[in-house]
Amino acid sequence: MSQRLDTSYTVDTPEGITLHLSPAGPAPRFLALIIDLMIRMMVSSIIFIVLIFAGETGVGLALILTFMLEWFYPVYYEVRKEGQTPGKKSFGLYVAQEDATPINFSSSVIRNLLRVVDFLPFFYIFGLVSMLLNRRFQRLGDLVAKTVVLHKPEVQVNIKISKKDDKFLNEIKELKRKVSLLEGKDISEVDLNEASIRPPFKFTLIEQQALISYHQRSQKISDERKEELAKITGDLVKNEKKPVAYLMGIANHLLGKGST
Amino acid sequence: MKQSPFVEKYSPLWLQFEEWLKYQKAPKRLKKTLEEPDIDVPSVYRQICHHLALSRSRLYSYILIERLNQLVLSGHQVLYSHHTYFLGDVAQYFGQTFPALVRKEWKLVTLSAALFFIPFLVTLITIQYYPEMVYTIMDDSAVSSLESMYVPDSEGKIGRERGADTDVYMFGFYIKHNTGIDFQIFSGGLLFGIGTIFFLLLNGVFIGAAAGHLTHIGYIDTFWGFVAGHSSFELIAMVFAGAAGFKLAQALVSPGRKTRIRALVDNGQVAVQLLYGTATMTIMAAFIEAFWSSAGSMPVMIKYSVGISLWILVIAYFIFMGRRRYAT
Repeated sequence: MSQRLDTSYTVDTPEGITLHLSPAGPAPRFLALIIDLMIRMMVSSIIFIVLIFAGETGVGLALILTFMLEWFYPVYYEVRKEGQTPGKKSFGLYVAQEDATPINFSSSVIRNLLRVVDFLPFFYIFGLVSMLLNRRFQRLGDLVAKTVVLHKPEVQVNIKISKKDDKFLNEIKELKRKVSLLEGKDISEVDLNEASIRPPFKFTLIEQQALISYHQRSQKISDERKEELAKITGDLVKNEKKPVAYLMGIANHLLGKGST
Repeated sequence: MKQSPFVEKYSPLWLQFEEWLKYQKAPKRLKKTLEEPDIDVPSVYRQICHHLALSRSRLYSYILIERLNQLVLSGHQVLYSHHTYFLGDVAQYFGQTFPALVRKEWKLVTLSAALFFIPFLVTLITIQYYPEMVYTIMDDSAVSSLESMYVPDSEGKIGRERGADTDVYMFGFYIKHNTGIDFQIFSGGLLFGIGTIFFLLLNGVFIGAAAGHLTHIGYIDTFWGFVAGHSSFELIAMVFAGAAGFKLAQALVSPGRKTRIRALVDNGQVAVQLLYGTATMTIMAAFIEAFWSSAGSMPVMIKYSVGISLWILVIAYFIFMGRRRYAT
C-alpha cells in the first residue's frame, strides 16, 4: 500500500495476515461518553427517587449502588458485551486490546480507573490532549491499559454471501428489489442481467478496482452522481451515449459475471 | 480468478464460519438449545485468512476486502480471547501479589507514609502544647462541629448512638468520601507527584489537628474509641494510594532508559495493581466505620483492643503474606 492518509493501523496475526483497524477519534467518543453519562445519570436518579422513600437506609443503599454504577458500569459492558457500552454501541465503537483481541478484565479496570486522570484538570482535557498526541487516539487510560477504541464498520449489503449459487442470485434479486422500492421504481425496471462488455484496452489493477467499486456502490449513488462519476473517466466514455451502463458492463466483465 | 466466481466459490465457507461465530457469541442459555456448527475451525479460519490475503493482492473491491477483514477480525477475537479465572485471580492477588508488591515498592510506601504520618504526629503533639494552633488550621465552625460529633453523652454512653438506618447511610457516605480522597492522592501523581505530596500533607495536618484538639479537650474515649477500629485500614490505604501516585510520578520524574510515556505505561500497570488492594481496604474501612466504630454500646476497652489487633494484623499481613513461591 502507498503512504497512508487515514488513521488506520495494522496488526499482524499469527496466521501471517495483517488486520486493518480504524481507531475512533475524539468526536464520536465524546458523543458516546455523553450518552453513557446520560444513561448513568438517569439510572442514578431513578435509584435515588425510589430509595429515598426508604429513609436514611435507602439513601445509604442508593449511595452504595451509585458508587458501584459509577465504577463498574463501563467495566461490565466492556468485558461482557464485546467492548461496547450502550453509548459506544450507538456510535458503532468498541474497545479492544491494541492487538485487536477482546479487552480483558484488568485492562478494563485500568482504563476506567484512570478516567479520573483523563478528566483532569476539567472535562477530559488531559484525555483529549493525549488522544491528539498519539496515532491511535488513546487517552491516558488507554495507553496504560494498552487498549484502543475502534470503529465497528457496518457490514455492507452489496456483497451478500450465501450457501448456494441460486440462493445467492435470489438474494441479489431481493436486494435489488428492496433498493428499487426505496428509489420508488418498478421492480421490472431493474435489469438483473446487465451486459458484460470487454474493455477496449487492458486496465491496471488499481483501475480495475476503481471500476468494480463503482459497480458495487452504484446502488447507493444517485443517477446524476453516477453520470458525473462516469464522465471523470474521460477518454474511456468519450464516444458512449450511456456512460454509466458502459462502465457497469465493463465492471461486470471484470467481475466475471453477466452475459457477453 | 475474477471476483464474482471467487465470491461464489467461497461464500459457503464464509457463511459457515459466520454461523460458528454467531454460535460462539450467543448467550449461554441460547447456546444450549443450539447445535455447534460442525466445522474444523482452525483450518477454516486459516483458509479465510488466505482469502483475505488473496483478495488484497488481487485488488478485489474494497467492499469485499473490508468484508473479509471483518470476518477475520471477528475470528481473531474469538480465537485469541483472554481467559481469566476470576476467583483464582482474586485469591492469587490477595494471597501473594498485593503484599509482595507492597514490599517490593517499600521505598515509595515509606515516602508516602512519612509524608502523611510525620505531619500528623507533629500537629497532634504541637496542639497539646499550643492548643490555640487548631484555629489556624481549621475555622471556628469546623472545630465546633468536630467537637459536637465526639462530645461524650450525658448518660455515660460512649460515642454516638445511632439507629441501624444511619449505619447504612454512613457506609454509603464513607465509601464515596474516602475513595474520593484516595483517588485525589493517586491522580495527583500525574502532576509530577506534587498533587500527591500536597494531598498527603494536607490530610496529615488536618487529621492530626482534629485528633490533637479532641485529645486536648479530653474527648479521648469517644474519639480514639471511634477511630480505633477502622483507622488501620483507612490510613494504610491512604498511604498506598500515595505510593501508587508516586509510582506514576516516578515515571515522569526519572523514567530511566525508557521514554516518559513508555515508563508511564509500565508504572501505571504497577500502580493499578496497588490500587485494587487500596480500594478494597478503603471499602473495608468504610464498613467497619459505619457498623462497628459507631456502635456506642461497646465498652471502650474492647474497641481499643480490636483496633490494636487490627493494626497488628494488617501490618503482619503486609510483612509476612505471600513470601512462599507457588508454581503457577
